[in-house]
Amino acid sequence: MIDLKINGIPVSVPEGTTVLDAARFADIPIPTLCHHPKLSPYGGCRLCIVEIKGVPRPVTSCTTPVSAGMEVTTTNPNIEKLRRTILELLLSDHPNDCMVCEKAGDCTLQELAYFYGVRENRFAGERRIYTKRDGNPFLERDMEKCILCGKCVRICDEVQGVGAIDIAYRGFTAKVCPPFEKDLNCEFCGQCVSVCPTGALTGKMWGQKGRQKDIKEVDTTCQYCGCGCSLTLHVKRNEVIRVSSRENTINEGWLCPKGRFGYSFINSPERLTKPLIRISPKDKSEVKSQKSEKNSSLVTRHSSLFREASWDEALDLVASKFKKIKGKYGPDSIGGLASARCTNEENYLFQKFMRAAIGTNNVDHCARY
Amino acid sequence: MKNDLLIKICMGTGGLAAGGSEVMDAFKKQLRVKGIKADISKHCSIHRVGCRGLCAKDVLVDIILNNVKTTYQFIKPYMVERIIEEHVINGNPVEEWAVTEDYHQFHNKQIKVVLSDCGNIDPEDIESYLNVGGYDALKQVISTMSPKDTIEIIKKSGLRGRGGAGFPTGVKWEICFKETSSQKYIICNADEGDPGAFMDRSVIEGNPHAVIEGMIIGAYSTGADKGYVYIRAEYPLAVERLKKALNQARQNKFLGKNILGKKFDFDIKIKLGAGAFVCGEETALIASIEGQRGMPRAKPPFPVYKGLWEKPTVINNVETLANVPYIIRNGAEWYSSFGTEKSKGTKVFALTGKIKNSGLIEVPMGIPLREIIYDIGGGIENNMAFKAVQTGGPSGGCIPADLLDIKVDYESLAQVGSIVGSGGMVVLDENDCMVNIAKFFLQFTQSESCGKCIPCRIGTKRLLEILERITCGKGREGDIELLEDLANDVKATSLCGLGQTAPNPILSTIRYFRDEYEAHITKKKCPAGVCKDLLSYVVIAEFCKGCGACKRVCPSSAISGEKKAVHKIDPDLCVKCGACFEACKFKAIGKG
Amino acid sequence: MEKTLEKLYVDYENNEGNIISLLQDIQNEFGYIPEDAVNWFSVKLDIPASRFFGIATFYAQFHLAPRGKNIITTCCGTACHVKGSERLLNGLIKELDLPEGEHTTTDKEFTLEKVNCVGACSIAPVVIINKKVHGKVSADNLMKEVRKLKDKEVEK
Ligand SMILES: Cc1cc2nc3c(=O)[nH]c(=O)nc-3n(C[C@H](O)[C@H](O)[C@H](O)COP(=O)(O)O)c2cc1C
Ligand code: SF4
Ligand code: SF4
Ligand code: FES
Repeated sequence: MIDLKINGIPVSVPEGTTVLDAARFADIPIPTLCHHPKLSPYGGCRLCIVEIKGVPRPVTSCTTPVSAGMEVTTTNPNIEKLRRTILELLLSDHPNDCMVCEKAGDCTLQELAYFYGVRENRFAGERRIYTKRDGNPFLERDMEKCILCGKCVRICDEVQGVGAIDIAYRGFTAKVCPPFEKDLNCEFCGQCVSVCPTGALTGKMWGQKGRQKDIKEVDTTCQYCGCGCSLTLHVKRNEVIRVSSRENTINEGWLCPKGRFGYSFINSPERLTKPLIRISPKDKSEVKSQKSEKNSSLVTRHSSLFREASWDEALDLVASKFKKIKGKYGPDSIGGLASARCTNEENYLFQKFMRAAIGTNNVDHCARY
Repeated sequence: MKNDLLIKICMGTGGLAAGGSEVMDAFKKQLRVKGIKADISKHCSIHRVGCRGLCAKDVLVDIILNNVKTTYQFIKPYMVERIIEEHVINGNPVEEWAVTEDYHQFHNKQIKVVLSDCGNIDPEDIESYLNVGGYDALKQVISTMSPKDTIEIIKKSGLRGRGGAGFPTGVKWEICFKETSSQKYIICNADEGDPGAFMDRSVIEGNPHAVIEGMIIGAYSTGADKGYVYIRAEYPLAVERLKKALNQARQNKFLGKNILGKKFDFDIKIKLGAGAFVCGEETALIASIEGQRGMPRAKPPFPVYKGLWEKPTVINNVETLANVPYIIRNGAEWYSSFGTEKSKGTKVFALTGKIKNSGLIEVPMGIPLREIIYDIGGGIENNMAFKAVQTGGPSGGCIPADLLDIKVDYESLAQVGSIVGSGGMVVLDENDCMVNIAKFFLQFTQSESCGKCIPCRIGTKRLLEILERITCGKGREGDIELLEDLANDVKATSLCGLGQTAPNPILSTIRYFRDEYEAHITKKKCPAGVCKDLLSYVVIAEFCKGCGACKRVCPSSAISGEKKAVHKIDPDLCVKCGACFEACKFKAIGKG
Repeated sequence: MEKTLEKLYVDYENNEGNIISLLQDIQNEFGYIPEDAVNWFSVKLDIPASRFFGIATFYAQFHLAPRGKNIITTCCGTACHVKGSERLLNGLIKELDLPEGEHTTTDKEFTLEKVNCVGACSIAPVVIINKKVHGKVSADNLMKEVRKLKDKEVEK
């Protein structure tokens, strides 16, 4: 363990810890924009500067490892002035249109501007103007709002292993973009969106659906596969308008495209909510009686017709049909395909059922490729 | 009995640009034609030599006849015949083409260590270097000295890094030597991106083997077994000569396995830079060699601990390394006898700008600036008044006339707000506007910023914008203070040396030439008559002879007037290019 | 193209190349960096194309579009700046009739470029025309050189 002092408070942390982590461990706040605990250190935004006794210039706490006896100052008028200048510079090259920004209320840059009270800007000047809109179906990429913290690039490379984007050009014109500035064509996991500290990256389907403050967050588990990633549904007026995931979950906040963007089915009127049993077209009377019901459109649109049933009735029907087929053609005439959306336990049960109850080894599941 | 004849032709980039290879062809042809026949050709060799410093007088040719040397300047192919005829055959040097007094003066106050063999030896021939004691230092080190001994000598010599920061070279080597790692690297930094500097190019073009020898000794002392030379692709001649030299060194067993029969393996690869100034910065350079965008990373860890591919890596500048063989050969005491207490040895500078003898010079550290400008440089071109010297390029600052007596060494220059830097020295005269000079450097650093960190990426842009508005007459009250404030913040918070030093040209010009800034802002005038928007050209009637020279050169037909009558400039058409100003022989065009 | 790329690939494998040296080779071969070449190597080497693009746009040496037949490079280093390189540059833009913001003439005959310093400061101002270094250039001489090149084109 290394002992050091931060703002006069003794702190003891393991060797190799950065000054930033040591400070956070001691609950001492330091503003950051380019730091992410799960990504390699970058040192680009310079907001996390601190003074260390005996070191002539301020250093970035996110890249500096602690050493024994270090005396760190995280805030004083000089440091705060430098931070404010950095912010002012950032905002001098930013659209500053929080009124219509998807991210308002949930934006690190906005938060910092508020905290430092940056309203006037001494450095107003040329701003990057990017008018081309990325035509991909999922991610809204408004690069005028990008502060080049590089988190999206790092997550795409270090976590996702895709490398769909990189920083191109240099200096004031540096820009995060896909190769040859084409439209983004990647896995669309949206990992980059989840780490972007500004409104530069958002979901296309989130637009104008509701701001953070109006949202009820509901934690749940993803249904798509057996991994069981934790999801946080952002719900407004009983409608899911966005999905995210918290960092302290088993999936560490990472999600795949299905988990992050594949939620529109939840609110779909076509979603099946009750068991349906196929009926023959002859029984017109039954069809008529359903006309007024909610999912009648579905029932009639398909080539066959269905009627609603209770779970008991439906399961009994399935069981009786299985028995009939097994009796007539033998157990190997039946095969079972399970789903990757089930949990391990469910899939275990399913194969058990196929082997023990049906008596066949014809069992497989969809994620086997 | 024929005479002993040696002809040396300057074929550095400067010499070649002035027609060096044509002159060489002419000599070859004339020697043939004049029947200075086969038996003579044994004695007569035409040497290609590297830079001898005074490129402004190229093509320079030495004729060494019976050990008497005559140097000719500004030689063109048509002159060759007469030189051969009168000098070589008849023994009468062509006095009118020989170099003048200032050529000798240029050399007199210089002390040459790194450059001592540049211009004397054929850089494309290892024999030529071996003949003047080349690789003796390496042999001595490998056969009689331990790495520790070598480091000790370099430490004692007081050699400090010539790439800009001035870090003691011996100390750097020692740290690397003490690191335990199965793999270590040594890198020669030949990126030389500072606009206005060409020391490293000249050293490599003139004496590549000295750099290679220095690198091998460095590798031996630190335990590196792989070396890289990171060199700009903009220096094709230097690259070619370096390649040749590396091959020759390999053939002579100075590189490769079991060097000089000892258990010591080392080889060097060339990596071409691709045009980014920031790649001169150590961590960016490493990123570039690794094949990435040249973006610096935070230090610590410093490259000597974790450098190329995370292995201990020594990075040294070309000139630093080229000093090493000479120090080993002549001893630490010899080297440290030059210079001041803290800045030992000699330093190569690229003396350019409005100076009579512009070129490459090597002087002992601590030499008064005045001696460089007036004795070596021969004073200001066209007898204009001296205004300032810009040292250290885009990271440096200006030294005004009243500080001309300061000593040129790391400490003294730092004290007045400038730096030795890589060794660029650009002389400015009364016709140079200091705000414009600051703007020039900011344009450079701004366009070379890698964009990784905010203060440099946006800060230099904003600094430049403020300078731009000042130079075009839109400066506001308070702009000087705003510049100072932002400049200091950018210096304090930038990630790498580029951003940390980029504001220096602004701060130093404000420090010494605040009045010029004020004139631009409050009076909307550029005192030096440089900033176009604050300037108009007029014909001064009493001097105008009506010769029409101005009218002919004006690109926008803004000048009218009959022959022999006073001409007139239409301010609406004038594009302020200044062509008329330069064309007029009677000083009848005024800037207002 | 495929064949050339294969050849470059072999060189790359033999010489411990990296993306930068590869791009340098590609540019030597084609005069610029064609998108197809990048995509080919991206697949071959399993390196994301974004990395190539990031590097190609970082370094000033690389060009993403074909350049003119004649390349004129004006040095804009400090020494050349104080010796009037900007005037030469503006003169060239006019002489070549370069469209605003472009570096290559519409007929693809000339490309005009700036370089930060070629290290020949003592013979400033310096202009490089098709790899030949010209020192102490005056506007008159320069335009003459350029016109010579233009006439050559017309003759053909
Ligand atoms: C922006 C920037 C550009 C630099 N360019 C060069 C360069 O062109 N050549 C060089 O030798 N050092 C350059 N340096 C300094 C190097 O980072 C490094 O300090 C030097 O190569 C170390 O060698 P030395 O100790 O022999 O001087 C540059 C530094 C910075 C911050
Ligand atoms: S898009 Fe967002 S995450 Fe990516 S660099 Fe820009 S601000 Fe950072
Ligand atoms: S100071 Fe400039 S060049 Fe250096 S890391 Fe920051 S942006 Fe890049
Ligand atoms: S968080 Fe440390 S530099 Fe951005």
